[in-house]
Amino acid sequence: MNSDLGKLIAMFAPLSLISIGGINSTFPEMHRLAVEVHQWMSDEEFVRLYAISQAAPGPNLMVVTLIGWHVAGMLGGFVSMAAIVLPSATMTYFIARAWTRFREAKWRKAVQAGMIPVTLALVASSAYILVATVSRGSVLLILVTIATAILTTLTKVHPLLPLAAAGALGYFGVL
Amino acid sequence: MQQPSPESPAPNPGLGALFLAFFGISIMGFGGVLPWARWMVVEKRGWLTPKEFNEALSLCQFLPGGNIVNFGVVIGSKYRGALGSIAAVSGMLIGPFFVVIGLASLYVEFKEIPGIGGMLTGVSAAASGLVVALTVKMALAMREEIVPLLFAVAGFVAVGVFRMPLIASVLVMAPITILYAWRRVQ
Repeated sequence: MNSDLGKLIAMFAPLSLISIGGINSTFPEMHRLAVEVHQWMSDEEFVRLYAISQAAPGPNLMVVTLIGWHVAGMLGGFVSMAAIVLPSATMTYFIARAWTRFREAKWRKAVQAGMIPVTLALVASSAYILVATVSRGSVLLILVTIATAILTTLTKVHPLLPLAAAGALGYFGVL
Repeated sequence: MQQPSPESPAPNPGLGALFLAFFGISIMGFGGVLPWARWMVVEKRGWLTPKEFNEALSLCQFLPGGNIVNFGVVIGSKYRGALGSIAAVSGMLIGPFFVVIGLASLYVEFKEIPGIGGMLTGVSAAASGLVVALTVKMALAMREEIVPLLFAVAGFVAVGVFRMPLIASVLVMAPITILYAWRRVQ
């Protein structure tokens, strides 16, 4: 139990500091560590936890709370949430105070512009791993994914709407 | 929903107001917290002007961590220092913490019911579509920058397709992309 808590902290605290562009960008690494390295859960369980966190209100990082909860109960969930939040929040606290002073500095512009392709690479990887894990080759599921992507790219529809519609289709065994 | 008028006194929220505002933001935040954050902080409470909101957000997106958590840190510290950041962030996390664990417990309890597994499969297929959409929007925003796009494709192949460890990949990639940007910014 205690060693699990330690492993959860060791897994999420470093991810906190490299989750540039948001928690979504660390999704591939979470998946690799939770499923392949620590073998805490199957592919399918991982995706279920992700789906539950997406269906609930709140920040994206709640998937981390659920991974911790799955491994070590309520305390595991709390410890994991703290581990993913505290390092980056502390860093933000100190950098935010200094950052505005360097608004015109060349290095600041270079870092800001240089991190954009890194962020895109990580978000694209998350999307790819999610689609591959979720669909497992089902054409219908891939169609749901594509339809949701097109709908939320081209229209201002509330994201909850396609989630609810896909949930209903799944509940009645269509997918 | 009143627009704050220019002559209204400068906002000065206390710890309780920060906690409650971010509690409300996160508990309403189905399918993304950010739109609710803007509504609460800019339109309802008048704590930030639209311009200040954009500036704060661009910093939060560039720093590691959940964008919305970072946003709470920045707003909290603006008005009440470190304690303000703690009030805003804990207000934001406490509601969803219990809701998400409650939902997961319900799932474990009722997962034998036919349809529940299928429902979650459907939700996850749509949820992965949201991440696909995010990727497309980000790529479209930099469609004229060919070299950075190629960097992104290389990183995608390494991390997404070949599943290389994330930290090592970022440490290799970031110096190259920052150096490239350095040579181009004025």
